[in-house]
Amino acid sequence: MDDLLSEFLTETGESLSTLDVELVKLEQNPEPKILSNIFRLVHTIKGTCGFLGLPRLETVAHAGENVLGKFRDGELSVTPEAVTLILACLDRIKMILSHIEATEAEPEGNDKDLIAQLNAAAEGKFQAASPAVPEPEPVVVAAPIPEPVPEAAPEPEAPPTVAATAPEPSHEPSHAAAVPVAQSSVPALTTQTPTEVPKESAVAAQTIRVNVELLENLMTLVSELVLTRNQLLQMVRGNDDSEFATPLQRLSHITTDLQEGVMKTRMQPIGNAWAKLPRIVRDLSVEMNKKIDLQMIGAETELDRQVLELIKDPLTHMVRNSADHGLEPTSERRLIGKPEIGKIVLNAYHEGGHIIIEIADDGRGLNIARIRQKVLAGGLATESELEQMSDQQVAQYIFRAGFSTAEKVTSVSGRGVGMDVVRTNIEKIGGTIELKTQQGKGTSFIIKIPLTLAIVSALIVECAGERFAIPQISVLELVRTTANSEHGIEVINNAPVLRLRDRLLPLVSLRTLLRLGGGAEERTETFIVVTQVGAYTFGIIVDRVFDTEEIVVKPVAPILRHISMFSGNTILGDGSVIMILDPNGIAGSTGEIVGGSQATAEASAARDLHAEDRQSLLVFRAGGNDLKGVPLALVARLEEIEVGQIEHSHGKPVVQYRGKLMPLVTIDGSFDVKTEGRQPVLVFADRDRSMGLVVDEIVDIVEERLRVELSVDQPGLIGTAVVSGKATDIIDAGFYLTQAWGDWFGSPDQEFQGEAEGKRILLVDDSPFFRNLLTPLLSVAGYEVISVDSADKALSLRESGDNFDAIISDIEMPGMNGFDFAQAVRAEGRWVKIPMVALSSHATEKDFERGREVGFTDYVAKFDRDALLQTLAQSLSAKGAA
Amino acid sequence: MNQIVPATTKQGSHEIISTEDHEEFVTMFIEGQMFGIPVLMVQDVLGPQKITRIPLAPPEVAGSLNLRGRIVTAIDVRLRLRLPSRKEDTGDAMSVVVDMRGELYSLRVDSVGEVLSLPAAKFERNPPTLDPLWREFSTGIYRLENKLLVVLDVPRLLDFTKSEAV
Repeated sequence: MDDLLSEFLTETGESLSTLDVELVKLEQNPEPKILSNIFRLVHTIKGTCGFLGLPRLETVAHAGENVLGKFRDGELSVTPEAVTLILACLDRIKMILSHIEATEAEPEGNDKDLIAQLNAAAEGKFQAASPAVPEPEPVVVAAPIPEPVPEAAPEPEAPPTVAATAPEPSHEPSHAAAVPVAQSSVPALTTQTPTEVPKESAVAAQTIRVNVELLENLMTLVSELVLTRNQLLQMVRGNDDSEFATPLQRLSHITTDLQEGVMKTRMQPIGNAWAKLPRIVRDLSVEMNKKIDLQMIGAETELDRQVLELIKDPLTHMVRNSADHGLEPTSERRLIGKPEIGKIVLNAYHEGGHIIIEIADDGRGLNIARIRQKVLAGGLATESELEQMSDQQVAQYIFRAGFSTAEKVTSVSGRGVGMDVVRTNIEKIGGTIELKTQQGKGTSFIIKIPLTLAIVSALIVECAGERFAIPQISVLELVRTTANSEHGIEVINNAPVLRLRDRLLPLVSLRTLLRLGGGAEERTETFIVVTQVGAYTFGIIVDRVFDTEEIVVKPVAPILRHISMFSGNTILGDGSVIMILDPNGIAGSTGEIVGGSQATAEASAARDLHAEDRQSLLVFRAGGNDLKGVPLALVARLEEIEVGQIEHSHGKPVVQYRGKLMPLVTIDGSFDVKTEGRQPVLVFADRDRSMGLVVDEIVDIVEERLRVELSVDQPGLIGTAVVSGKATDIIDAGFYLTQAWGDWFGSPDQEFQGEAEGKRILLVDDSPFFRNLLTPLLSVAGYEVISVDSADKALSLRESGDNFDAIISDIEMPGMNGFDFAQAVRAEGRWVKIPMVALSSHATEKDFERGREVGFTDYVAKFDRDALLQTLAQSLSAKGAA
Repeated sequence: MNQIVPATTKQGSHEIISTEDHEEFVTMFIEGQMFGIPVLMVQDVLGPQKITRIPLAPPEVAGSLNLRGRIVTAIDVRLRLRLPSRKEDTGDAMSVVVDMRGELYSLRVDSVGEVLSLPAAKFERNPPTLDPLWREFSTGIYRLENKLLVVLDVPRLLDFTKSEAV
């Protein structure tokens, strides 16, 4: 028999027995929850048999579903008569099924009588048709007996087994509870069992359905067995001539095989859940006259069986929806210039401890306007609420129960049974579903299911005597370092790094991170687990590395969930409990925010675009927990000073540094250094002076494109920038320089002050960073600064008649560079005589020459703040004198 | 009927005794103080176990251990009750395993005693002078012949959300 068909029979058989029970429950207690479950089951039967080409079954189920739909919408009330009718409908389905099982074809004949009754009931003509109620009995009882039973099962034997087994245990309670119920369900039951007898003998024999709990228990027992085996092996090890050695070896093998076998029972490739889809899509494409290309990627991704079961139906629903509603008919696609063949893409993969399943189509997208109407009509939101919502928010309404935008109810979908069930099922297993839709471009669903049930391969490491597991999937490589190997760990102010193939790899010490303590001892060798999370690569320092092991991730106890370093825990083969490290959490704790793959891809793309704009920034903490940053180019050195060496002069802390006194400045003015140990200090050198800025901790050096938001007038701060996803205050190094030196030697700014008053400066620089850095500096010095991002814009200012006292221009700029700009300025117009200062990071003698040639008054290296101010002052006074 | 019956020794009789006005408790000791947990909550009583430390966890969490294939979180009841930790770990600590909403926890105590069936008449609410923390973790006190038994409120004892704010 066709695999698909046999699976359908098994599945439907199960659904039918559930339905019997549920219907009886419904009659006693018409709860919407029970009703929607019944409705869903019947809907699934109908849907599936539609695709398997079983028209007779489909019409019966469809008619039954119609009546159930009326129940659900409250148009009909649940009466015993109605339930009897539904049960009769189910019995007819069973009858047809048993025939299919025997012959692989639907039986001859039709179900007009039953369908007429059902339709009448659906239209509410229930009372009028009530004489027909007793009819189902003769219909039902009569139908199966003449047709399938004689050929399928020996008749005399079937009824006794029925009497003996099925009705008694399951129906006695309902007898006691409600007599009419029992009466109406008994005839149904007698017909159910004859059909089940042959069924169980044929299809059910191939597979056995086992309760997952049983498998869980089995798994636990096997783990115990492994443990015991390991203990035994331990005991025998050492005396090879033991008579137990050989049998133990066998036991060991068998145990391993058993363990693998039990493990396997839980895992299935997701492809199993997809197996039905190509056929469903094919049949749909024929029925709806659409051309559909179904692509399935990652079918081998393994999923826990239980999870798989739960997402199977949702997936089918969603693919069906995509094919039915999502994709436009071929003619329409042709009209709007899309490829004729509509695409549905299923993609499954592991990502960061989750399994992601994407279902995307390139169809018309959700009809947002229509959803808005439905939401309004259904009273789910008011008009004003709706107006506030974005299209994506409105789209989320499709996950509400009973929500469907299909214009008409087709046999395929459009009853609103789909998406709310999908969502409920996914949330049941702790997953999430996301929806993205774009008008005319398509819709995609992203299902994210936690990996907690899945098996992962993990690397076992040891640190400070404790063992931890790291998911193998995020481990790139292992590096062994010894005290005198070429791969040595180097330290920048307590921040360990490793030179790895011409790159500097940031390291985190697991010992420090997890506060394991006992770090004082010197190890002759350490291992570095090079780990990748998104686009961020870092190394985790551990003491030892063991083997890799397959582990089943179990969630940690609720009281430990807040510890982001662990994604779960597990029991190893030797029986010990081990924590599983979460690379995401570790990366997060180092200050690196790791977004989704998409975000990182976008970020790296953006980074490539603006590669030339990237700045090296030293990130540190000082005077509070906020991150602070300073352009690395400004920092001369990073030093650590013994606290004992700090002296005081005029009440100010100083330290002897390279034969001179170096003043120390703190970020907030208060002098609050450590009382012992070493104090990290950023040294700013400025010609022959130097100054130490006392910081609490150096966090990182990042190279990033900076966008500095100017802050309110807070002395010492240029503004705030987003560095590695975190707000970072960019400090004004110049401010601290004057703090250190201004008090003793007089502010160097003062001498320029007079010149600067009210002078207008044009700043031309393509880098927003520099514009933002220099503008406030110059403003502070008393200049009025106009900044533009290109030479062209500057020249157009000249055309529009603006006047300036001086121009500061960058040299390296896209489009017209600084030299060309200077030539253009000097060539003609009103700016011919304005002093021009060139600004560049390439301050070589040759550049100076060239700069003077083309007309620059002076040439200043970038970041040399004082030189810039001095040069400006000189140029301006020279101009004033002239 | 007003006698304390060591239920463990009279297997046959305790079904009759533990009627409505009697409740059975597993007793345990910390620093000489007797505590009790309703016997139906107790899954297992364990001797010294190999415990995996959990870094960054609250100090009361001693670690986790493997109980027949299930991971059990070990709670040091001493620290939970703000008692000083044992000076030297003699390695003979015992644990009582309880089930809380499907999760297993093992409560580490100095020693575990017998199971007592106690009459409701001997039950009293917490004296108001009891340390607020202890009052929080105790449902009440049983007056025994020569000592007092503090009934531990296991759900509260294992509710770490509240105490973190303290």
